[in-house]
Order: sequence, then C-alpha cells, then structure tokens
Amino acid sequence: MTELSKSGAAVGEPTSTSPAPTSFLEVRDLKVHFPTDDGLVKSVDGLSFTLEKGKTLGIVGESGSGKSVTSLGIMGLHTAGQYGKRKARISGEIWLDGTELLSADPDEVRKLRGREMSMIFQDPLSALHPYYTIGQQIVEAYRIHHDVDKKTAKKRAVEMLDRVGIPQPDKRVDNYPHEFSGGMRQRAMIAMSLVNNPELLIADEPTTALDVTVQAQILDLIRDLQKEFGSAVIIITHDLGVVAELADDILVMYGGRCVERGPADKVFYEPRHPYTWGLLGSMPRLDREQQERLIPVKGSPPSLINIPSGCAFNPRCPYADVPKDNVTRTVRPELAEVGSRHWAACHMTQEQRERIWTEEIAPKL
Amino acid sequence: MGHRKTSGGPRSCGGPLAVLAYLIRRLFAAAVMLVVIILVVFCIFFLVPKWAGVDIASSFVGKQADPASVAAVREKLGLSDPIFVQVWHFFKGIFVGRTYAAGGDVTHCAAPCFGYSFRTEQDVWPVLTDRFPVTLGLALGAAVLWLVFGVAAGVLSALKRGSLWDRGAMVIALSGVSLPIYFTGLLSLAIFSYGLGWIDGKYVPLTDSFSGWLGGMILPWVTLAFLYAAMYARITRATMLEILGEDYIRTARAKGLKEQVVIGKHAMRSTMTPILTMLGMDLGALIGGAILTETTFSLPGLGQAVLNAIKTQDLPIILGVTLITSLAVLIANLVVDVLYAVIDPRVRLT
Repeated sequence: MTELSKSGAAVGEPTSTSPAPTSFLEVRDLKVHFPTDDGLVKSVDGLSFTLEKGKTLGIVGESGSGKSVTSLGIMGLHTAGQYGKRKARISGEIWLDGTELLSADPDEVRKLRGREMSMIFQDPLSALHPYYTIGQQIVEAYRIHHDVDKKTAKKRAVEMLDRVGIPQPDKRVDNYPHEFSGGMRQRAMIAMSLVNNPELLIADEPTTALDVTVQAQILDLIRDLQKEFGSAVIIITHDLGVVAELADDILVMYGGRCVERGPADKVFYEPRHPYTWGLLGSMPRLDREQQERLIPVKGSPPSLINIPSGCAFNPRCPYADVPKDNVTRTVRPELAEVGSRHWAACHMTQEQRERIWTEEIAPKL
Repeated sequence: MGHRKTSGGPRSCGGPLAVLAYLIRRLFAAAVMLVVIILVVFCIFFLVPKWAGVDIASSFVGKQADPASVAAVREKLGLSDPIFVQVWHFFKGIFVGRTYAAGGDVTHCAAPCFGYSFRTEQDVWPVLTDRFPVTLGLALGAAVLWLVFGVAAGVLSALKRGSLWDRGAMVIALSGVSLPIYFTGLLSLAIFSYGLGWIDGKYVPLTDSFSGWLGGMILPWVTLAFLYAAMYARITRATMLEILGEDYIRTARAKGLKEQVVIGKHAMRSTMTPILTMLGMDLGALIGGAILTETTFSLPGLGQAVLNAIKTQDLPIILGVTLITSLAVLIANLVVDVLYAVIDPRVRLT
C-alpha cells in the first residue's frame, strides 16, 4: 500500500505482495484516473507489459486510448508540478531496473528522469524552450546529471548533435529552436533526450508533427541509436506503419486497456482482436495492389468516464453479433494467450477469430 | 560569437552583434518617432487652435492679458509667419534654442527651448528640470515596489491556484485596482502621518537629506505601488498559469530538473515578456506626471506643475510637459524594446 499513499488515493487492488520483476521495465496493472467535474476519467485502466533492454515496444491506439497518459505515468509527470489541479490517481506498479517508481520518493524519480529514462515529444517546436539555444538546453540536460563544467557539457552537446546528423553542429549548437527546421528540431530533441545515455527512451508520436519525407529519417535515427546505445524504447503512435518499421513487440490499446499484445509479426500477420483488424484495414499500404478503399473503424472512441460494461469495443465491433457460448456480455474480456507470447482480449473463441481472420479479413487486406 | 554574421552559414540571432543591430534599428525608429511627436505637439498647440479660430497669442499670455502684451507675444511667437517657418522655429528652438523678438524687446530661450512662459517670464525648461527628478524618483521607486510585490504575489497565486492564499491575494488585488489614489493616498496619510505620526509626509529633495527624502516618498510610493502591484499580480498570475501548461515546461521536468528551476528559470523567463511590456508603458506614462499622487501628497513634480499650469492657463508649461512626457514614453519603450531582445531571441529578427 505504500505506493498508493504517495501517489494519491488508492484505486484497485493492493499490490504489495507481488514479487520483484525480472524484466528491465515491468508495468503491472497501471491505472491512471483523473477526477473531473463530470466524473472520473479512467484514461488508463489496468495496463501491464514488460520490456527488455535493447527491445522496442510499440504502443498503438487511436486518440484518447491512453497511450500518452501511460508514457507520462512512467516518467512520473502526472504528479510533478500539477499546481492547483486535481491530482491524478495512479496505482499499480512500474518497475524500472529493479526500482518501483510509483512508491519511490518523488525526488528519486526526478533524478531518474533524463538519466535512466527520457522522452521525446510529438511537437519539437513547442517542446523546446523558445528563449534558450539548442546548446543551452542540451547542456542543461547533461549538467543536471553530470557534475561537469559548461565547456565539457557543450562539447558533449556538439558531439550529440553530430551523432543525430545535424550538419555543422559546432555552429548550430548556438542556434535557437526557431532557427531549425522541423526535422532538425526533432533531431535536436533526440540528441537532448539521449545526452545522458538513458536505458529507457519513450518516444511519444515522434514523427506525427513532421513532414512525411522526414519521418522515415527520424525513425531510422531512433533505430540506429537504439542499436548503438542498447536502450529499451517505447514508441507511441497511432500509425501502424511506424511500429511496423521499428517495434519488436506491439501493444494495442483501446479505451485505456490493452486489447492485444504480442510480437510484431504475430500482431501484423495473425491478429486476434477485431480492433486490431480494424486498424490494419484502415492503414494505407503501398506494398499491395491498390485497394478499392480503406475500411475505417466505424463509430468513435468510448467516453473514458462511462466505459461500456463488458467489452469496451463492443459498440463498434462488426462481430458483436457472432454467437458466443458461455459468455456474459456485461463481463469484460480479459487478456488470454492466443499464441506464444501473444495475448488478446475478446469474447469470441479462438477458433471463431481464426476463421474470421483467415476467411474474411486477411484476403481483403 | 559575433563572427557568425557571414552569409551562407547558418543564420544566427544569438550573438551580441544581432542585439546591437537590433538596437540601432530601434534607435533609428525612435529618432523618427521623436520628429513625429514634435510635429504632432506643434499641431495640437498651434495649428488646431488656429483652425478653430482661437487667439493663440492671448492664451499664451494667460488670463486677463492687456492687448499690448498680446500683440507683443504674437509678434514674438511669429504667429503671422507661414506655418512652415513656424514649424522650423519650433524645431530649431528645441535643438539649438531660439530668440523671441518684438521690436526692441528681445527674449532669448536657450536650447533645449521647450517654450517660454510669458506669464512668469522664464524659460519652461528649468521649470521642467526642477520638477523632473521628483516625478522620476516617485515613478522608479514605486516601480521597484510594485514589481517585487506584484510579481511575487502573482507567481505564488499561480502556483497555489484555488488556495486560500490565491483567493485572498486576488481579492486584495481587485481592491487595489478599484480603489482610487486619492482614497488610498488620503487614507495612508490619515493613518501614518496624522494619526500615528510616524511619517512627516513633507517632501525633502534627495540632495538635502536622504532619510528625509525617503520619509517623504515612502507613502506616495506605497500608494502608487499598491495600485500597480495589483494589476501586475493579476497579469503575472494569468501569464504564469498559461506558461505552466506549455510543452517546454513538461520537457524541462522530463529532463529531471528540480521544480524550483523549472519555475524560477524556464517559466519565469517567459512570464517576464508581458510584464516588461506593461512596465514600459506604465513607467512612461507615470514619468509624464502622476497628477493624482503628486497632488495628494503635495509633491512638487511634473504632474503638479501641469495641474497648476492648467489652473493659471499657462500654456507654454503645458506644452513643455506634453513634450517631455512624450519623450519619457519614447525612452521607456526604447529601453523595454532592448530588454525584450535580450529576453526573447525571436524579437531580434524584427
């Protein structure tokens, strides 16, 4: 219970008895709830996953599915500096390299931020301070965690800018963010987040605000740097194309919960959840014959205040009417193993889903 | 870092050179503005009354002037000359001085000639320079007070939004904005000067006695600062709340910065910009004469001078104060513009 008392009111089951993790990053039953005037917004409602060093996890889902809330939760940014706002209620466990972050002292978590775990944000223009040079911002990030003088830190900043492919880094280091192009800004942002060699890098929609031609360069850069530094990477996106390039594992989120999780090729080639089918069907593909049209997922995401009882995807599911045996509709489907290291949460039986996928969905993609 | 202003290389607005270039552009703009201001003031005092059919000469002489002196003043001011000649003399007077002559009656007005009071028979400029330090001291002293207390209260309110402190501070700020100077000023005089007898309340020039000057200025400062601190607290609070929601503040936290640094460095720097803008305008306007404050506390400043001049219809004094006020606003804005460029690198390009 100790972690609950520090992170606001308790939500869900006490988790003090669970054993220490074996993975580098292990998230257990993470819940992030925001009290509002309209009710409790359950942005993340029981999310669990693991991630090893050197591996990449792609978290996929539409807007409001809880992707970014999850990443900010890992970074501890829901509790830092929320002046006068109602406190987010966070429960569960986040183990990073043997340390449980939610029960840890906030100042200890602050020291981990930027050094052990760091983050790249969606819009590099608004995420960089407009009044400080790129160099000043990287130097600052380095000197928080390293006791060096400014000159040494600046050398390090130039080195990092060079590493992320910024030409003339010794000159560009004195430029302001508004003097950089969008792609260059994101490179600088990456340089800043990697300046302390973090073990965990969270990239929250790193390419969404960028030009398509630049997107691939940034993704390549992230992949190369990961190989070089051997860090664990979480890449958050609504674009399946992005994770197809990078991710070892994929976690599909819907309504604040995980609906399917597994190795990337499994999720792409043998998906076992109707929502994943929908995402695949709505993704433009260049490597196939021209399709007639993209198939959107009908309807809109559920309100996170009144999540439907039972399966949250049920109102939008094209297979909601498929007869299901021994299933109470108001019960929420739990993640069940559908293959090796592959889980999905659906009321349909494995056989039903396998049949629908091979006969109805796959041929159309 | 000034060596990087070569073409072809990455464009930079980082170095002192860019700030210098910006400063030169601003100075040039200010010089143009100065000429425009002088022209406009001339129009207000000489052209508009002429169009309206008012006898300018008699209003320059003052109340109950005899026809002979009005005629003399008309000739001295050259009011029957063509407009361009009049403008030229007006300009020349400000920069090199001018001589008013009517027959054998010659009056010399040394540069900078801001006019000659035919009523008191003296140059306007010394009157202004006598009174200017009083007003400047009042404005600057009050500005220091309101900046320190207003900004501090605003930041604290933002960080404790919705708390008892926040609500209390904002109620006080609202009363500060709403209560007029002649109420708070008289109240403070009644309590601290007449009631408790702590403060003498008489103005003593700084050159005579420092402690006497402080004693005379403290109530006017506090009264004036109360009004402005209230406005600055509200602006600071609103700006700080907006800045705290910015992405780059989240980035600062994601780097692992201590919260004190996130607020004190990253958020404060951005909050400064609108505060500086306000400060430039407010200081400029105040230097032109805090009429209410100076009258309430009997401070012999520009505001009091202009009020007396209006009562006695001493037009040259009014003209001089108008000119010097415009000049003060111009200089205050110039200083703010430069500070702006120091704070916000994006400004240096414009």
